[in-house]
Amino acid sequence: MDLMNIIINGIKIIFIFLLMVQIVPLLVWIERRASAFIQNRFGPNRVGPLGLTQLLADLIKFLFKEEFIPKNAKKSLFYLAPILALIPGALAFGAIPLSVPFTIPIFSFFSKEFGPYLIEFQSYNLHFSLVFILGVSALGVYSILLAGWASANKYSLFGALRAAAQVISYELALGVSLVGVLLIYSTFNLQTIINAQQGAFAFYSSGLLYTVSFLPNWGIFFQPLGFVLFFIAIFAETNRHPFDLPEAEAELVAGYHTEYGGLKMNMFYIAEYGHMLVGSALMTVLFFGGYQIPFVSTAEISQFLSSAGVSLGWLSFITSMTLFSVFMIKVFIFLWIFIWVRWTLPRFKYDQLMKLGWTKLLPLGVLNTVITAIILFILK
Amino acid sequence: MTALFAILFLIFFVLCFGALLLGLAYILGPKKSPNAIKSSSYECGLPSSEQVNNVPVKYYLTAILFIIFDIEVIFIYPWAVAYKDFLTAGWGLYILVAMLIFIALFLYGLIWEIRSKALDWH
Repeated sequence: MDLMNIIINGIKIIFIFLLMVQIVPLLVWIERRASAFIQNRFGPNRVGPLGLTQLLADLIKFLFKEEFIPKNAKKSLFYLAPILALIPGALAFGAIPLSVPFTIPIFSFFSKEFGPYLIEFQSYNLHFSLVFILGVSALGVYSILLAGWASANKYSLFGALRAAAQVISYELALGVSLVGVLLIYSTFNLQTIINAQQGAFAFYSSGLLYTVSFLPNWGIFFQPLGFVLFFIAIFAETNRHPFDLPEAEAELVAGYHTEYGGLKMNMFYIAEYGHMLVGSALMTVLFFGGYQIPFVSTAEISQFLSSAGVSLGWLSFITSMTLFSVFMIKVFIFLWIFIWVRWTLPRFKYDQLMKLGWTKLLPLGVLNTVITAIILFILK
Repeated sequence: MTALFAILFLIFFVLCFGALLLGLAYILGPKKSPNAIKSSSYECGLPSSEQVNNVPVKYYLTAILFIIFDIEVIFIYPWAVAYKDFLTAGWGLYILVAMLIFIALFLYGLIWEIRSKALDWH
């Protein structure tokens, strides 16, 4: 690795983080427009076309808000919590493969030759990326607890405690629901899992290969129950409706960020939407073939692009970008479902929430594990 | 090694980004002198209370139970990844029965926990 390669990779890491941060205002806009649409209102429609620059205006307003801290609050922890809230989402999103690797051809820079470089479209490709993502996103509890405790307000404290108890309870269901996926793909690496989902639905039974030609080879057809459990658990993990008890505004004002305002509150929003993004991306990768178009292989796409007149130097980059947009479309479908559910379903009660997690989802996840293992054993 | 370096770099960058946002808000925001009522804790309709930091013991119990079960789930993970290798090596029945015993203990623990009313939230 020479210096240029390290610089390019550093820029890539920053780019992927900023991409995550940039999706947040877009999501807030979609959420406000969608809620208005569902409730038969207009929503933000004055600032810019369709209200798209509303969030830019909001950002400017947030920047010029008074920096306020309540008298009883623990000052250093109060400021530390929103900064720490950004880390789990950013780290988890960095481990998700967004597209196929692309090559940067040989180029000259200040009359020196560099390249070619093979750049992976993810911040870091770990062998254990799935465990890494689960572990890192669990760290989000710390910033929530810090924020709630440092605010010195009973609403904040109870919101934080509820959020922490809920997140750790549903982490069990989340973890168990993924065991079936691990049994089928025998790996923790997300890139390998995506590669295993190419082509048509196929499985081995006692040495013979069976294919179902009209279904793509996606994880959801191997693990329908696992997907449903994961889907429910991710809603609770992200503190979203119908499980948003930590922010139940009728009881707890705004939960753990009651005392926060301006940009500090906005950082908690970035964290929450970042978790949603990571959850949607994980669902896409594990159950819906990641960045792949069903039945079309990467080689076929680059062949099509080169016959459409894309030059050889740009070919791998444009192929990568095409698959990246496919990935983003799939992710945004799930993000839309998050928003749709929020404005459709009523909120759970807290004891119902904990009961659902511990006595229904967790045993069902274990059942899914046992069934998957036995079927694999019978099919060999 | 390079992945670890990348992770550390990302953490550093995110911390800087957060500090930059806070710093910008601090520099650009108006400075007003706080008064006693403004800087008291938020409350609605009642006199604002002093600091409350009593944590109900119920939450500690949930956290302890979570740690026990989470470690058990983590023990299932390597088994799941190695399962197909054992199947191809002909040790399928052994690895399946071994895990079924573990899962039976896991479920026994869960049922005991539910029946001892550790998970009743009222």
